[in-house]
Amino acid sequence: MSTEQEVGETPVGETPIIEIAGLSKHYGSVTAVDDVDLTIRRGEFFALLGPSGCGKTTLLRMLAGLELPTAGTIRIDGQDMSAVPANRRPVNMVFQSYAVFPHMTVRDNVAYGLKVDGVPRQEAYRRAEEALELVKLGGYGPRRPDQLSGGQRQRVALARALVKRPKVLLLDEPLSALDAKLREQMRFELVNLQESVGITFVVVTHDQDEALSMASRIAVMDHGRVQQTAPPAELYEFPRTKFVADFIGSVNLIEGTVEASDDGLVRLSAPALQVPVEIEQASGLPAGSTGWLALRPEKVDISREPPDDAGRNTVAGTVEEITYLGDVSIFHVRLTADQPLIKVTIANLDRVTRRPFTWGDRVHLSWAPTCGVVLAQ
Amino acid sequence: MATPIGPLDYTRRLWVRLTLLVVFVFLYAPIATLIAFSFNDSRRNIVWNGFTLKYYEKALGNEGLIEAFANSLTIAVLSTLVSIVLGALVAVLLWRFRFPGKAGYEGVVALPIVIPEICMGVAMLAFFSRIGWPSDMVWPFNLSAIIIAHVSFSFPFVAVVVRARLEGFNRELAEAAQDLGATEWQVFRDVMIPFLRPGLVAGGMLAFTLSLDDFVITFFTSGPNTVTFPVKVYSMVRFSVTPEVNAASTVLIVVTVVMTAAALWMQHRAGMKAEEAAG
Repeated sequence: MSTEQEVGETPVGETPIIEIAGLSKHYGSVTAVDDVDLTIRRGEFFALLGPSGCGKTTLLRMLAGLELPTAGTIRIDGQDMSAVPANRRPVNMVFQSYAVFPHMTVRDNVAYGLKVDGVPRQEAYRRAEEALELVKLGGYGPRRPDQLSGGQRQRVALARALVKRPKVLLLDEPLSALDAKLREQMRFELVNLQESVGITFVVVTHDQDEALSMASRIAVMDHGRVQQTAPPAELYEFPRTKFVADFIGSVNLIEGTVEASDDGLVRLSAPALQVPVEIEQASGLPAGSTGWLALRPEKVDISREPPDDAGRNTVAGTVEEITYLGDVSIFHVRLTADQPLIKVTIANLDRVTRRPFTWGDRVHLSWAPTCGVVLAQ
Repeated sequence: MATPIGPLDYTRRLWVRLTLLVVFVFLYAPIATLIAFSFNDSRRNIVWNGFTLKYYEKALGNEGLIEAFANSLTIAVLSTLVSIVLGALVAVLLWRFRFPGKAGYEGVVALPIVIPEICMGVAMLAFFSRIGWPSDMVWPFNLSAIIIAHVSFSFPFVAVVVRARLEGFNRELAEAAQDLGATEWQVFRDVMIPFLRPGLVAGGMLAFTLSLDDFVITFFTSGPNTVTFPVKVYSMVRFSVTPEVNAASTVLIVVTVVMTAAALWMQHRAGMKAEEAAG
């Protein structure tokens, strides 16, 4: 940390900055993190996404050194962190409560990490002011934290962590304490900030919109395990497990039996669907096994007449419920008695008074074989 | 015609007013009398003979009394400092760590608050004579037995106050400091102590006033050369209650009230700040 960080110099590379291998954390009989292997690349904006209690915060705290792993190793920039205490790790954290020291001015808060490292006071204050300007809080140095809004306190926490020029910045639910408007604005600001400082960001969130909109790659966690690690679009279009499909966005999950699987085409028959459907998919499932069709509601077309294109999967049903959400409407369509309804999202291109279908209408649902995936688990 | 008395107009009811008045008189009439008669120009405390300050002069000229007052202040200051350190350490220990028998330990620490003073006094007397604690050391070490006794009953008050304040501590503050490179000692000095300061001050003031006016336990642990102010006043009263005693007591009351008010004010201010931070 002796030279000035060249702004935007570090490219998003293939070289790993964090390598996690076989990492587990047990609290008594409770397993918080279960045998996690994960690689985070240099300069990446990485998100750990999952429901509360999935172990994502514990994983982040182990990266910071605030929790010790029960098993496994963490390497940061090639260096094993097992014997490195929290105050000696090349990472800094933005806490969920921001943890801005209430008895110090904004400037002293930001300069604190430099002072304990032995940086002379004047130099520390100069760099603190630079960091405050970076987060658009220039001139706020003499203020006390109780004179700041929640959003400003978060910026102080950001500046305080970034001023130490860490190799990795850890953010624990950074936007959860902000109101909705500010949250959306801060998403862009965090992404811009990450691009301008070039530091690897690892953010923990339970909010899929946040993860999808900010991160370059996302690890979805559940019950202490990483379910899938992928860029946002891949996660959304090609979920690997039912949990990921269900957790990210809205999905129709239809249980069925794989009839055939060859030439990149999976044929699935399901009680909820009148006819077998075909899905283009590289990874085949063995014939006869149980499979779940994960079908996004916005990828399904709804029409009064069956579509001409014979290549499309087509089923028929009755509109049972309509949910109006302003920008879109969700049609819940009954295909077969005693089976779950199928959700179809239609953009409200026209005024809602001109709604094309209404309750009780007979409709046809169709989707291309390239839409949806069949999942084994 | 007067408006009817509303459900919340307590103070418009005659019997409520009477109760308030009686309680107030009960609490403060003796003290008011004590203070008033310290200005009485008479050898006895029975009849008002006119205003004078001569008993304050006399009290200030009484070397035995002044020495006792100096002893009391020394004991109070030293036992308060030790109590703050010991009480804060116990509180942080109980807050920070988990260990077998912690609940029991926590209860035992608070026990001196409820143990009757007379028992503590007898126990201290027995303890010091059993181990043969020397009583003929030079000042201020001749006060050490009393100081130790005072610490033993006043540090639990500090521990309780500090422990209560720690409940409101955001652990992420300590973790943030650690994350920024602070060692455990730096975290304690730069984050914990500033947060605990109002509790330390309030607990310290409590310990100070408790020590300053303690009679029972001091009586059992003091020797002929280590007379404290309350013990001295007691010995003066055995001959006769003169206005000089009143004057000396008034000074002690003023010192105690000022200290307590300051302690309450510190706590109030800390409470307001905590509320602001939460809101």
